[in-house]
Amino acid sequence: MTGETRYADDLVLPRMAHAKLLRSSHAHARIRGIDTTRARALPGVLAVITGADLPRVRFGILPVSQDEEALCTEKVRMVGDAVAAVAAVDEETAEQACRLIDVAWEPLPALMSIEESLAHPEVRIHEYGDGPNVHKSVALQFGDVEAAFARADLVREDTFYYEGSTHLPLEQHAAVAHWGPDGKLTLWSSTQTPHYVHRLLAKILDVPAAHVRVVAAPVGGGFGGKLDPFAHEIAACHLSRLTGRPVKIALTREEVFYVHRGRHPVLMWLKTGFTRQGDITGCHIKTWLDGGAYGSYGVASTFYTGVINPVSYKMPVYKFEGARIFTNKPPCGPKRGHGTPQPRFALEVQLDRAAEQLGLDPAAMRRRIVTEPFTKTANHLTVTTTGLAECIDRVVEASGWRTKWRGWRAGEAPSEKKRGVGLACSAYMTGAGTAIYWNAMPHSGVVLRADRSGAVALLCGATDIGQGSDSILASFAAEVLGIALKDVHVHPADTTLTPVDLGSYSSRVTLMCGMATIQAAERLRGAIFEAVAKKLEVAPGALVARGGRVGVPEDWDTAVPFAQAVELGEAMHGVLAFPGSYAPPRRAGKYKGGGVGPSPCYSYTASVVDLSVDEETGEIELHDVWIAHDVGRALNPLLVEGQVEGSVYMGIGEALMEEQVFRKGLHKTPSMLDYKSPTTLETPDIHTILVETDDPEGPFGAKEAGQGPLLPIMPAIANAVYHAVGVRIDEVPITPDKILRALEARRRGKPARVGPEKLPLFAFKEPVVVESAFGQPADAVVVRPFQAERLA
Amino acid sequence: MKARIALSVNDQPHELLVPVHKTLLEVLREDLGLTGTKHGCELGECGTCTVLVDGEPVLSCLALPVELEGRRITTVEGLAEGGRLHPLQQAFAELGAAQCGYCTPGVLLTAQALLAAEALPPRDRIREALAGNLCRCTGYTKILDAVELAALRLSRGARAGAGR
Repeated sequence: MTGETRYADDLVLPRMAHAKLLRSSHAHARIRGIDTTRARALPGVLAVITGADLPRVRFGILPVSQDEEALCTEKVRMVGDAVAAVAAVDEETAEQACRLIDVAWEPLPALMSIEESLAHPEVRIHEYGDGPNVHKSVALQFGDVEAAFARADLVREDTFYYEGSTHLPLEQHAAVAHWGPDGKLTLWSSTQTPHYVHRLLAKILDVPAAHVRVVAAPVGGGFGGKLDPFAHEIAACHLSRLTGRPVKIALTREEVFYVHRGRHPVLMWLKTGFTRQGDITGCHIKTWLDGGAYGSYGVASTFYTGVINPVSYKMPVYKFEGARIFTNKPPCGPKRGHGTPQPRFALEVQLDRAAEQLGLDPAAMRRRIVTEPFTKTANHLTVTTTGLAECIDRVVEASGWRTKWRGWRAGEAPSEKKRGVGLACSAYMTGAGTAIYWNAMPHSGVVLRADRSGAVALLCGATDIGQGSDSILASFAAEVLGIALKDVHVHPADTTLTPVDLGSYSSRVTLMCGMATIQAAERLRGAIFEAVAKKLEVAPGALVARGGRVGVPEDWDTAVPFAQAVELGEAMHGVLAFPGSYAPPRRAGKYKGGGVGPSPCYSYTASVVDLSVDEETGEIELHDVWIAHDVGRALNPLLVEGQVEGSVYMGIGEALMEEQVFRKGLHKTPSMLDYKSPTTLETPDIHTILVETDDPEGPFGAKEAGQGPLLPIMPAIANAVYHAVGVRIDEVPITPDKILRALEARRRGKPARVGPEKLPLFAFKEPVVVESAFGQPADAVVVRPFQAERLA
Repeated sequence: MKARIALSVNDQPHELLVPVHKTLLEVLREDLGLTGTKHGCELGECGTCTVLVDGEPVLSCLALPVELEGRRITTVEGLAEGGRLHPLQQAFAELGAAQCGYCTPGVLLTAQALLAAEALPPRDRIREALAGNLCRCTGYTKILDAVELAALRLSRGARAGAGR
């Protein structure tokens, strides 16, 4: 706003050197040798390293996929893999030195698609996994799907493809490392997960974790792209160790397209049985994920393509088979919605088709099948509150759905271009129920320290990535302590100072860090009340804290200013510093794979999109997006709306234009000139409606808002395109050429559709067969670790 | 090759000796310590590095200081006056028009240039003016709202000033 926020690349330290990475220009190649002699000889060069200089440790964000090297030693698996790093007096010299490094390459065949990787088992990208070039294969079955299909009045089988895309935060990744003369390492980085980076740096650099400090700088946009430990961070640390200087490294935009970890391209087959009334009898989904060259979060991503769909609608019986395939492309991982937008697209487009075949209004049909509150899904996930029915009602009302959907269908569209409306819904997690590495410790911790001035310091590991977590957490402390927001000082994301928070991902911070903050604040308030009660000679239970004072409401004149209350508290108890801890309720399904999907509670969203399609050019013009989101409780409506609107925007990009595509081993569009994303001109007015359900699991009733609202946008647009011109585009992005191709197919008497025609020949493993838990009531007794006071 | 140049940035004169190929973005950030100007793409596509030159939005990643001698350069650090937020900054803060804040300096300066040329631009005009500034967080809705609000306040202030 004023230019004062210091992002990682704004940091400047005395004697700071600058680093660059040499990256592979081959998609798949063996490294026969690296000669750094010429680079070392260049004046201004301080150090040159290759993988041979680093501990020979493989790493990865998930314990099950330790398959990365910061600087590749034996072979590269994608264009953009780093093989050497240089520190120099300035960036230009470092870049010049990189060009003087000679690498002897032995090119290997590059596998650039799911089909190619499966068709060439003789070419192995990795030596581990669930088969040649198969990173992970999963299969889960809850109940008898075949019997469910036999019961159905209508069974639909459809195939879909969801193209990969990237996060495109405006800030490129950057880091500054300083290995001090005391042997301790500090890394400032644009990261969403300082704790995981801390853990992994210790392992990768072979240094005691106790001597590593990771500070997350304010992040200039994350969206999931800054969740892994990255080569540039590791290289900067090691170069600082070698040179004895602070080392800065800032990625170029092109490098960010390779570093990436964005949306997985996913091929999908979906089979669902319906009754005449529109009820679902059972559902079976198969997904094939193009994982790229490394594991990253891919195992979790694979599960997420299957496990969340049953949370929104009643699906008594459910089967999911998924496989993640390695290819020689930048690895995919978590992008806003992590693994769930793809199957959501498939489901919501299929529902639209089923409604048409059954002669039902797609809004009314969905309204009828929403899940019941406080029940379990077939795959043993617990639905707490759900506002999905209200979300549907509210967008139907606000958008004029009934008039537009029926009226325009009859050819009464109000313009020459064909006008259409489409509707879709979604559900999303408010924080993952399990940590990335299994442990029994808190997922979020907070320490609150009251100062004699009346100020309160809030120490928490959470990273503000623009979602406003610092201000939300401060507001929770201020609310409980009855003090002004300005009196709370948030000190975030510094691994030596702040208790662990697992990171800003999976929409977990407001709920998990929020619950920990509330607990710490209540403990602090309890200690203060005890001391003030003694002075005022009242029972602690008679006291309230509000307006910066602590006292008895009936006798407010005697109320003590908060600063004085702190002094009384400190005189009685010593230093006033209190921890808060949170771990999600233990509700994971008791089967292998049951750990992915559980969440304290789920958010729900419904959206209607109104658009026009030009049948001459295939161009889509969006007019309005209505979106209703069940956020549990909107604690800061402005921030919630911002999250919803931002999600809609990102969904529009994925629906209409964004794609991470490759040709002959090369990224086709590794620049912002070529990678298209929506500007103000392509983004329509977004009408946000917040629905409140006051969830018992959330802080003051709140659920997530940052990811769920992205999910319905792509299918709502696809459904609106069909409504407008009668063609089905079963893949995103929905570009003008695909619409024209579908229109042309219809003219030639062929199916008016563009989408995948065939599926890979692939044998999924035998499914883990578990009884469906559909419709069972939520557990009466829930174990909430560290929150015993809350239950009392 | 280095050149000696005189630059006026936020009404402060600077004498600099810089390589001729160094961009305005680099000189602002590295030589003058004005890190409020951000880099997003290095290709002139994202608008993040926008500054004003004689009141006009210019992409500092594509501008060379050697060509800007004698011109008035304004960066985000020059928007607030005497510790008071500029009405655009105030409106952005009130309406939540900045999330991660990284694109915000460029957006503010582009909007500032628009409002200097047109007191009360209609929403579509604001859309058009900001089409060169990508924002990945907000979905633009609150940015457009904030520019409208600031325009209203500025024009009211100007009217009140004229009436005195």
